[in-house]
Amino acid sequence: MRGLPLISASIWVPLLGALFVSLWPRRYAARCGIGASIASAAAALLLVVAVALSGPRRERLGGWGAPAGIELWIDGFSALMIAMTAVVGGVVSVYALAYFRAKDSSGDPQRQEVEGRREAYFWRIWLLVWAAINGVFASADLFNLYVTLEVVGLGAVSLVALAGGRALPAAMRYLFVTLSGSLLYLLGVVLIYSEVGTLALFQAGESLIAGTLAQAALVVMVVGLALKTALFPLHFWLPPAHADAPAAVSALLSALVIKVTFYILVRLWVVVFPASVSQPVGEALMLLGLIAVIWGSWRALRQQRLKMLVAYSTVAQVGYLFLVFGLGPRADGSAGWQAGAYFAISHACAKGAMFLAAGAIARAVGHDQIEEMRGVGARLALPFFAFGLGGISLMGLPPSGGYVSKWLFITSAAATGDVIVVIAVALGGLLAAAYVFRVLALAFERAPREGAPSLRPIPATLGWSALVLGAVAVALGLAAGAPLALLEVGLPFGQSLAEGVTP
Amino acid sequence: MSVLFWLPLAVVLSSMVPGLAIFLLREDQVVARTALNLLGALTKLALIAAMVFGVYRGQIYETRFPLMPGFDLVLHASALPMLFVVLSAVLWLITTIYAIGYLERSPGRSRFFGFFSVCVSATTGIALSGNLFTFVLFYELLTLATYPLVVHRGTREALRAGKIYLAYTLTGGTALMVAVVWMHTVVGPFDFTEGGALAAHYEDHHQALIILFWVMVASLGVKAALVPLHGWLPVAMVAPAPVSALLHAVAVVKAGAYGIVRLVYDVYGITFVRELGLGTGLAIWASITILYASLRALSQDKLKRMLAYSTVSQVAYIILGVGLGGPLASVGGIVHLVHQGVMKITLFFCAGNLAETLGVHRISQTRGVARRMPWTMAAFTIGALGMIGVPPLAGFISKWTLGTGAMASGSPWALAVLAASSALNAAYFLPVVFRAYFQEPLRPWPREGDAGRLETHLSLLVPPVITALLVIAMGLWASSTASPLSWVELIVTRIYPDPESGIGGL
Repeated sequence: MRGLPLISASIWVPLLGALFVSLWPRRYAARCGIGASIASAAAALLLVVAVALSGPRRERLGGWGAPAGIELWIDGFSALMIAMTAVVGGVVSVYALAYFRAKDSSGDPQRQEVEGRREAYFWRIWLLVWAAINGVFASADLFNLYVTLEVVGLGAVSLVALAGGRALPAAMRYLFVTLSGSLLYLLGVVLIYSEVGTLALFQAGESLIAGTLAQAALVVMVVGLALKTALFPLHFWLPPAHADAPAAVSALLSALVIKVTFYILVRLWVVVFPASVSQPVGEALMLLGLIAVIWGSWRALRQQRLKMLVAYSTVAQVGYLFLVFGLGPRADGSAGWQAGAYFAISHACAKGAMFLAAGAIARAVGHDQIEEMRGVGARLALPFFAFGLGGISLMGLPPSGGYVSKWLFITSAAATGDVIVVIAVALGGLLAAAYVFRVLALAFERAPREGAPSLRPIPATLGWSALVLGAVAVALGLAAGAPLALLEVGLPFGQSLAEGVTP
Repeated sequence: MSVLFWLPLAVVLSSMVPGLAIFLLREDQVVARTALNLLGALTKLALIAAMVFGVYRGQIYETRFPLMPGFDLVLHASALPMLFVVLSAVLWLITTIYAIGYLERSPGRSRFFGFFSVCVSATTGIALSGNLFTFVLFYELLTLATYPLVVHRGTREALRAGKIYLAYTLTGGTALMVAVVWMHTVVGPFDFTEGGALAAHYEDHHQALIILFWVMVASLGVKAALVPLHGWLPVAMVAPAPVSALLHAVAVVKAGAYGIVRLVYDVYGITFVRELGLGTGLAIWASITILYASLRALSQDKLKRMLAYSTVSQVAYIILGVGLGGPLASVGGIVHLVHQGVMKITLFFCAGNLAETLGVHRISQTRGVARRMPWTMAAFTIGALGMIGVPPLAGFISKWTLGTGAMASGSPWALAVLAASSALNAAYFLPVVFRAYFQEPLRPWPREGDAGRLETHLSLLVPPVITALLVIAMGLWASSTASPLSWVELIVTRIYPDPESGIGGL
């Protein structure tokens, strides 16, 4: 397997898929799209298996090496992220197949035309975004990161705009945010290039010395990427964009797109910037993360719309991700970083499940006002169950991936004596329980005697695909060994996890 | 990877797998659901029977696989876990039979029995867990699995009870998890060890371990309903009777008490606890709970609420025995884990029968009910007398052992607590019995005579009669080798390592 161009395949396959979907007649879009999705997921998982078995991989496109050509490079961390994209992306694709297909039942030809076009656009853009996401995870070069990041951002904006209606202003705002974020990042890249004369990630890291310029570069990049990851107080754009997009898109955005910028930040931290430069910024990010956990959960608790609740929960969960910039460098071993990476993949599955379930519920009920859903639970057991499985991980209860990462978070916080972090992590879990059970209580509430909401039939695929993602989120808590071992491949964080856990 | 390796896991899965399968069944597939339920319960019993035999002969069964670096999922069957496993498996079978009759024709049965099985799996997992990591995992799973049972009726009152239940237990669970993680960062990973795992770290982390002990006791105390953390238990009474029965006898309350037992014996170790002086505090806390809850039980009119307060008080006996220290008191405390479970489940079955058959929910409505439901009230009376501690019933054995244990460990004040509590038990149980047997009913009982020869549905009647017989049997044959008491003595000889503190003289 050593010689096979598996990394570039993980990018080419979805890209070619997007091309095929665009070239074929529109009525085949869904079929082409799902085929391309399956192929992309397979290509990605093949790559992940290869990394797990034989270690980090490097590919030079066209035979050109680091300074001049494009170099692709994968270690355990990027492999895990690619696996996350493949699993979530694959399941969401299956969901989308039923989601976009089921809508055109009215028989109105004009409406059907709109729906058909929407479906075709979804597949084209989504496959393109998939290719770009894999591109980010495989890049070993600051400028390639910028290019792929920009494609992800623009694609994500177009996906939000697919919903039309009230999603359009949200998409517009998202467009401005994502462009400003990328530009700030690019500014940082320029500053680094002017200092060290290279764009390659590792070479830049070796020659970048602590100083005002490095500090400035870090700050603009952090602001840009934190804006795109929706860290409090830069989260204002996320709830409407994620809540008003079509459910399949919401899942992709919350599960995958925000992880892309998080991934880049982690790489910058570990590889590029010297510790003396990043330390104070990391403390500040951790503080903002703590506020985000509490604030986002609180806002989620107060929402009236189901998808808004889930979206605000993303704001809170993003806060956990940013804890790693304070904890990661400080803790012995790599427990802090591992916690962040594991949290990212668990949240991807859990939040994906919840958005898919919320979409299925909203589709059946016809709206997503929480208060008016009383008594629908018995007839929508499957989506509610999926929502609950995702919720377990969000609350950080066992068995789930969220539990494992929370365990790692508290381990590294306790080891460094950060009582405030421990309290905030614990409190965040309880607040998450409050808003998750606010929804789950609906599932158990008995239907009112009269005026029980009437439900539209929904395809079973919607519920089942949400359930699959929820089950993966739970399984991540029972089989944490394999993903965590994958995360050690190539030691992306410098040290092994075991060094931190066993004193 | 022999059979011995997989056996503990198989015990946990024997109820989990049928539970998950039941979720997929339609509401009207009664036969399939019942078959799955009983198949799971009987498989579990068979597996456990095999294990009990092995453990008695010194065999250790252990399933272990790594979940995270440094942390294994360990299911470990030694003497103490087996006690709790047997209790939960036997009572699960009986409660399943009861629940099938109780929930006949009510909506949401697939959901109910699905979560019911998951709940029992979680309890089994708690019982068998071989380290704190595994314990916390199943402990939280239990919280999640019981919530749907508590809110099963779907009324506003049930949902409110569910909310309160979660607020208490999730907060307790979170505190427990933080404390456990913290303990692991202090001393590193360790497994439960008979005689205590922490003894080696005693000198280095004195202060931290004392604080962690109390945090953990308090967070386990939420489920064990130690006053003032008991608030959720009387509220959770809105749950269907089989749920209350299981919650009080084996699942939630016992999980907390069992957790404290393991914390003292297998984590800190009895010698360490004694040296740190933690036991007395525990015993005093338990005594306050015993007396306070008994006093509150006196003033209740709702039968199930009264039973709930009685549970709060009775479960604290276990903690009292553990806190007093010394082998005899330990025997009394641990054996009460079983005795209280069987007695309390009898009482709840009976309360459920009264409510289901006659619509009797309050103590004031029980006048003359014994004529209409003689078998139910006979079972209730046996359970109540057992709770009071009348010889030769099971409760007497617990109280007697606890009393002699209190003397042996030099805490005669505990005798006063036991005496006062027994008096209070009598004061709130005997009026019910008196009303039922010796007072005239206010009006004729509904449906009198039309239920055939039986006073109520057969599957509602058999379970309390069986458990009542068990209450008698466990008292009468307490000295036989198959009794819970003998098994607990076996446990205690393994917990107390030094031979001179053996439990001779029983």
